[in-house]
Amino acid sequence: MTSLDTQGDPILLEMRSITKEFPGVKALSNVNLRVMAGEIHAICGENGAGKSTLMKVLSGVYGYGSYTGDIVYQAETQQFKDIRASEAAGIVIIHQELALIPELSIMENIFLGNEPTKWGVIDWAEARKRSMELLARVGLREDPDTPIKEIGVGKQQLVEIAKALNKSVRLLILDEPTAALNESDSQHLLDLILGLKGKGITSIIISHKLNEIEQIADEITIIRDGKSIETLNVKRDGVDEDRIIKGMVGRTLESRFPDHEPKIGEVFFEVKDWTVGHPQIQDRLICKGSNFYVRRGEIVGFAGLMGAGRTELARSLFGHSYGRFIKGQVYKDGKPVNLRSVRSAIDAGLGYVTEDRKSLGLNLLDDIKTTTVSAALNKISNYTVVDTRKEFSIAEEYRKSLRTKTPSVEEGVAKLSGGNQQKVVLAKWMFTDPDLLILDEPTRGIDVGAKYEIYGIIQRLANQGKGVIVISSELPELLGLSDRIYTIFEGAITGVLDKNEATQESLMKLMTSARKTA
Amino acid sequence: MNALKKLFGGNTRQFGMIFALVALIVFFQIFTGGRTLTPGNVINLFNGNSYILILAIGMVLVIIAGHIDLSVGSVAAFVGVSVALAMRDWGLPWWAGVLFGLLLGAVIGAWQGLWTAYVGIPAFIVTLAGMLLFRGFNQFVGKSNTIPVSKEFQFIGSGYLPEIGPNTGFNNLTLLIGIVAAAFVVIMSLRARAASKALGADVPELWVEVTKLVLICGAILYATYLFATGRPGTSFPIPGLILAVLVLIYGFIADKTVLGRHVYAVGGNRHAAELSGVQSKKVNFMVMMNMSILAGLAGMIFVARSTASGPFDGVGWELDAIAAVFIGGAAVTGGVGTVIGSIVGGLVMAVLNNGLQLLGVGADLTQIIKGLVLLAAVAFDVYNKSQGKRSITGMLIKGFQRNNNEIKPDETTSTKEVISKEA
Repeated sequence: MTSLDTQGDPILLEMRSITKEFPGVKALSNVNLRVMAGEIHAICGENGAGKSTLMKVLSGVYGYGSYTGDIVYQAETQQFKDIRASEAAGIVIIHQELALIPELSIMENIFLGNEPTKWGVIDWAEARKRSMELLARVGLREDPDTPIKEIGVGKQQLVEIAKALNKSVRLLILDEPTAALNESDSQHLLDLILGLKGKGITSIIISHKLNEIEQIADEITIIRDGKSIETLNVKRDGVDEDRIIKGMVGRTLESRFPDHEPKIGEVFFEVKDWTVGHPQIQDRLICKGSNFYVRRGEIVGFAGLMGAGRTELARSLFGHSYGRFIKGQVYKDGKPVNLRSVRSAIDAGLGYVTEDRKSLGLNLLDDIKTTTVSAALNKISNYTVVDTRKEFSIAEEYRKSLRTKTPSVEEGVAKLSGGNQQKVVLAKWMFTDPDLLILDEPTRGIDVGAKYEIYGIIQRLANQGKGVIVISSELPELLGLSDRIYTIFEGAITGVLDKNEATQESLMKLMTSARKTA
Repeated sequence: MNALKKLFGGNTRQFGMIFALVALIVFFQIFTGGRTLTPGNVINLFNGNSYILILAIGMVLVIIAGHIDLSVGSVAAFVGVSVALAMRDWGLPWWAGVLFGLLLGAVIGAWQGLWTAYVGIPAFIVTLAGMLLFRGFNQFVGKSNTIPVSKEFQFIGSGYLPEIGPNTGFNNLTLLIGIVAAAFVVIMSLRARAASKALGADVPELWVEVTKLVLICGAILYATYLFATGRPGTSFPIPGLILAVLVLIYGFIADKTVLGRHVYAVGGNRHAAELSGVQSKKVNFMVMMNMSILAGLAGMIFVARSTASGPFDGVGWELDAIAAVFIGGAAVTGGVGTVIGSIVGGLVMAVLNNGLQLLGVGADLTQIIKGLVLLAAVAFDVYNKSQGKRSITGMLIKGFQRNNNEIKPDETTSTKEVISKEA
């Protein structure tokens, strides 16, 4: 059945010189990928390198005939014409954006499109029995009747895997499975993938989180600019993160953070006893009497697990745009300020770059220039008439200074890559000229090169004497960037560490425990 | 193509619609034996459709903001009957009647805006209720009778520009307006071009610009000629003039003002707009209120034209207005659409109606054809989007394209570049 490679290991899948073209763009050119049976194979590359396209070719999203090259799976050349054909062969892909229906229950989602029937009627008893088994296999303790919308992203990811297991999967493809998960959910998922490997299920995993790949992958194929560069064997080649990055960018990246000499001034922004209630649930607090301050020129990190209340704190400060405000006072330059609406927060010199760029940060129908000025239209208008010449020249200025890659500022933001979209969002807030800029996961979904640039922009803002708050789930990012780091646990600030005393371990301790010293 | 696209809002469907409009006019001109482009018919066409086009102006803003208004026909009817009654029973002069009508429209709009924006009930429901409510009010206050209006008031619906100045064989005022409009278009385009150039933005080649201006001015002057050479006593109709002024004002508001930007922002992504400091409730309130004011105006023009208000005025108008907006390139999901596009969409429907009538096609077939046109226009757009291809009209006029703007693979500054710069 399965062929063997030179060392005698069974090969499950071989993709040979795959080439895929879109109008005007060659997304993949002669890509080769070989996956051994029973291994975890990682695919690494920058955004836009062609990883997802390759997986779409494999799973039949781009059907046979729309690409050139051969897919040999289980020693046979395959011609998957659509996703059903590849699923029938035991290849299941779990996309980055989960394909679950929020209103349906866990059980209904697992069996969606694959319902067990008896004489054409859904056999719910059977479905329940099987979903219990599947949930046990993925380690999810939830009632199968729970609606998907009531469980977190981490658990939803497990439901997706249960759904895949139900289809008797042999090759599981996971596209950025941990992108939206916190550390403990990620760890659980990685353990599960390792467990599945023990049961003979082969996995292909695409991820930007190189530490995770290093941890679980047996082999790594690196793709750059639509070409397969190399395949590394993690154990044999002694691969580490720097080695992967070298492959991804074509040379070693000496430093992941630009050099920065902080110029920290006096305290100018202070929050006292900030208390906010949950928007729906009475009596539940999402911010529990938080106190913190920011100094001029300072980059302040906020560390916390997902759901700890970091975003909630930021958004409630930013014009009470989240939750029920209960009490607390904000002081700017020693004077109390009122931040009752987003407008007043902007006027008071605050800016907030959201973690959810696509649904909260951008109007994807807009072009770059409209977006750049959209939070400060009053600055370019006379008697409410927008000066479109000024608009253009301002957008042009930011395009140059942030080095946004685009043919023109009249390009739609939807066409930009994640890193460039983030630059446009940053430009929008920089143009409001805030004194304090709150950045919520500023580098989420952005590749290594663009991250470096975004860090540079953040440091430049601090050098101009602005305060910057960075909220991030990536501890190395916070450690590399911040001058001081606050930790949040269950809505309360549990500690603050200086740059030189903070380590991943010390932060993690504070992020997972109740208040010690504030 | 880009030059023309820009002029009409950069939307493939709108752009296609202009060509469709021209093609329709040519088609009917040929098949009606030249009866389409006669002064009498064109004047008639404007008179008979101006109120729908006025509704389309308000409707496009509502739809851009992500709502819909089903009540416009009933609101128009209610305002119409109220104004007719106020003038008859309270003896209001015609101008006070108009002001009263606009005010009543504003009050109705505030009512609907309140429910939509501040209570958060979908506009579909609010205005469906409004449709019943104001139809009922119309028949209640008018006691289902027809109420005649005065000659002065009729002027706003069926009046023409007066004859003044020397006898040139044309209507002088119409001529003047046409020439000023053509000059205005030329000056504005050239100024915008110079400004773009000064900023270093891309400008179309000169011959494209000139061709465009020649075509537009030609159309304006030809229309002027038709309006100015009508039967004695007719000229450019007053409802057409009101419409033209509204198109200019609302086109400007939508395109160039902070409020207009906010309407697009709220419709495109309400949450993102709110987090940028846009007061989305206020914006929603304004567009709903504005719609009812324009509905009131449309109702008054209709009453003035038909010399009396009746219990079934404005039935089905909402659908005509909505169809015009969608044919004109707006998106059901909000955030997309232009005032000028909706006018073109409305004109497509109007020309179709008029041409089929001239050909003696019955009302039954006319409806079938109109339905198919609406479906085809939107399907065409959806198909184009799903294929990522240029539209058929786009391909036909490829020659207009200034350069082959192939979409380049977009990427961030590549990592290599950054590192080599920093190193």
